[in-house]
Amino acid sequence: MLNTKPTATKAWDGLISQKVATLPPSGIRKFFDLLSSVEDVISLSIGEPDFITPWHIRESATYSLEKGYTMYTSNSGMPELRQELARYLELRYGVSYHPEHEILITTSSSEGLDLALRAIINPGDEIIIPDPCYVAYPADIILAGGVPIFVPTNEENNFVIRSTDIEARITKQTKAILIGYPSNPTGAVMTKEEADAIAALAKKHDLLVISDEIYARLIYGSEHICFPSLPGMKERTILVSGFSKSHAMTGWRIGYVTAERRFIQALTKIHQYTMLCAPTMAQMAAIEALRNGEAEVERMIQEYNGRRRLMVKRLNEIGLPCFKPKGAFYAFPSIKATGMNSEEFAEALLKEERVAVVPGTAFGSCGEGFVRCCYATSIPDIEEALRRMNRFIRKSGLNTS
Amino acid sequence: MKEIFKILEQNARATPELISTMADKPVSEVEKVIRQAEKDGTILKYKTIINWPKLGKEDVWALIEVRVAPQRGVGFDAIAERIYQFPEVYSAYLVSGTYDLAIMVRGKNMQEISSFVAEKLAPLEQVQSTVTHFLLKRYKENGETFHLIKEANRRLPITL
Repeated sequence: MLNTKPTATKAWDGLISQKVATLPPSGIRKFFDLLSSVEDVISLSIGEPDFITPWHIRESATYSLEKGYTMYTSNSGMPELRQELARYLELRYGVSYHPEHEILITTSSSEGLDLALRAIINPGDEIIIPDPCYVAYPADIILAGGVPIFVPTNEENNFVIRSTDIEARITKQTKAILIGYPSNPTGAVMTKEEADAIAALAKKHDLLVISDEIYARLIYGSEHICFPSLPGMKERTILVSGFSKSHAMTGWRIGYVTAERRFIQALTKIHQYTMLCAPTMAQMAAIEALRNGEAEVERMIQEYNGRRRLMVKRLNEIGLPCFKPKGAFYAFPSIKATGMNSEEFAEALLKEERVAVVPGTAFGSCGEGFVRCCYATSIPDIEEALRRMNRFIRKSGLNTS
Repeated sequence: MKEIFKILEQNARATPELISTMADKPVSEVEKVIRQAEKDGTILKYKTIINWPKLGKEDVWALIEVRVAPQRGVGFDAIAERIYQFPEVYSAYLVSGTYDLAIMVRGKNMQEISSFVAEKLAPLEQVQSTVTHFLLKRYKENGETFHLIKEANRRLPITL
């Protein structure tokens, strides 16, 4: 788990900045080492698609290299890509961004998130985030000089951050609300009502919203609420997204940020000094992804959906009650009935049955009692992993069902 | 409905229970749909893709272009049937372009295929000409590539 209280470590010897030295490493480091020492592991602890980037996208990138597209592009990204993106967001979510002034192409949504936070945070500014949440949120906030304010979420509220819980934590220092739905690690999605309530709160208290929608396309049985598309929200929302999850392009490092001009100008300032521009080859690939990628995206969504149903059903069957995830590719079952905590469970499961899951505590203290299981893996592997987990639970003499 | 067939097309051994879970339909409905499809010919057959060369069994294959004279009343269908009924013919298609029928033929060796062409196919009255292309290497068949890329293995075992 990412502890946000500064803890003195031996690494701090004055050479490394205090902020960095006291920033705890991600909670899965030791787990990673353990994982490497066990053979024949079925890993449900991966956070990326198991599909290779669709061939037409790879092919267009190769072609761009052959044609010599190897130079810098404009800081904001290639105009064609920004135009395609503007069209895509308009068509899909009905939110219109000016391709020239309101879109910035980044090296992944990770950079986008970092830029957004650095562009808005003054020292001591508070950023409200859900707990549990993606590991980079609190870390990026701290690195930008801000203070992460965790708002607990749980099964009862479908792991969606509630406006009333946010309001209780708003202070004079509160600058923004950072949300990420569909959620990593829980698979939760926001309903229209929930989103509206947060929007109303942002207006009432004059807050910004950073909306990380990297999993927007991986949503099952409902429509994604694109936060800036809500009335009055475009002007106070920074949308962060990318191609990694939707088009299985994690290794390309290509994403984008959209927001009103004043924000994009600020983000671009940092981007031009630190990154200059996103990789040209990846930008060419992204253009192709937007122009001709829809059929493949749909195919992947269908695949994930079948696997999601399988994993959730099996988890419930073996006695690990699982909140029904409606987005991303994670299930977040409760392991409380086993009497173990998340880390103990994950470690014992790995050692005894060679199945890797991520302890929920890696994503915040509210993740205690849960583990993250990724279903972006083959059906036979999901079935075998769940067989092993079942055996693990029976063997431990745990009577959970 | 379509979802059930898509799952089966990927994996003929998927059980009704698995399909029911993945498609979010009751098992009874899945079983009913499959039974019906088997009956009405929507599902023709369950087959397995075998990588025969791995077992040391190397059949010889040829793609044969066949130009034929269509017949009044039946067009290409009658001559097509006369051809595809031969057990050597693995698949047969009517195609547009410079020839009419494209057929895939399988034999134990080149000799067997040559005999088939010379003795069975070419002498047929409506067959005007044939061009035989022996297969040198197969890369992809029925949507499956023959050198399977282990995609998942390239992923790091844990990422957040």
